[in-house]
Amino acid sequence: MPNIHSLNSYHFDILKEVGNIGAGNAATALSRLLLTKIDMNVPSVKLVPFSEISDIVGGAEVEMVAIFLRVEGEASGSMMFLTSIEDAENLVSKLIQQPFNLHRESKEELGISALHELGNILAGSYLSAFSDFTQLSLVPTVPAVTIDMAGAIVNYAVLNISQYSDYVILVETEIIDVEAKQKPLSGQFFFIPDPKAFETIFTALGVTLNE
Amino acid sequence: MSEIIKVGMADLKLVKTPHSIRTSGLGSCVGIVIYDSANGIAGMAHIMLPDSLNGKAVQNRAKYADTAIHDLITLLVDKGAKKRQLKAKMAGGAQMFTFAKANEMMRIGPRNVEAVRNILEKEQIQIVSEDVGGKSGRTIEFFPSTMVLNIRTVQKGTKDI
Repeated sequence: MPNIHSLNSYHFDILKEVGNIGAGNAATALSRLLLTKIDMNVPSVKLVPFSEISDIVGGAEVEMVAIFLRVEGEASGSMMFLTSIEDAENLVSKLIQQPFNLHRESKEELGISALHELGNILAGSYLSAFSDFTQLSLVPTVPAVTIDMAGAIVNYAVLNISQYSDYVILVETEIIDVEAKQKPLSGQFFFIPDPKAFETIFTALGVTLNE
Repeated sequence: MSEIIKVGMADLKLVKTPHSIRTSGLGSCVGIVIYDSANGIAGMAHIMLPDSLNGKAVQNRAKYADTAIHDLITLLVDKGAKKRQLKAKMAGGAQMFTFAKANEMMRIGPRNVEAVRNILEKEQIQIVSEDVGGKSGRTIEFFPSTMVLNIRTVQKGTKDI
């Protein structure tokens, strides 16, 4: 297990590129699905202590929708797409072409399954670009969807890494629906590599860890 | 004026009356409160993992059930609490996501709860009340003046235990 504090700016740039390629592909997939132009910002790669993760997503108690999945294969990790309740409802409404409300007692199965499918497509396209770039075999698990406090969701996503460290490396990208000018849809992508995945990723790209 | 003392993820702190102590967004983590009602003092820890033995290098003792509870007891006794009078309340340990192919890590919520129960039993500290398991995240606040633990969830509102 490499010490994540020993990563330098060069390593961070490589992870940024991974986020760039992955989210770029995911944004394209989403554009096609929604028939609208989806843009993304330049990814950020941060070394974040656990105590500050909740702030990145807007506060521990903010209610959010999360699509979460594990990445198995040669470089394992966790992947998460986080968005507000309102944006998730809008995304799903666009997909199923009818109004969708997450808080209604009987959440329409069609909407929930659309949300799952959205997770599948976003994560699948992110990972396939990542996989092409690194030539690593990566297999996503079926996504799980939850609506809960951001702190509780994020806490779950960092579980694997918490066994080894008090810090987590977040590869974060935001996607934005640029055509909806009034209320642009946006969501955050997080890729959280497991500790032992770093070495695999860097080796696959021809970089040693201790430069 | 009473203040709210905030406990972060993998963190622990003490509180005295009239202040209260709070931790937000407990998912599979467990929030544990140990208190001495006679002295109006309490400690809260937001633990993430059941056992420090698996931690390759223990940097943060508040992260694990065993080391966090040990440190809470030591700190409380240092501040004048009586070991024999200590009691506990806990909340959290939810299973946030359900996967068809669950690995051990995904079952961490129930394992955290189990670990806390075992350690407190060994320390002979009674768990007065608890709200554990389920699928929802929780925010908890403890008031040493009344020994009430207030629990808030997104879907089910608030309750006191």
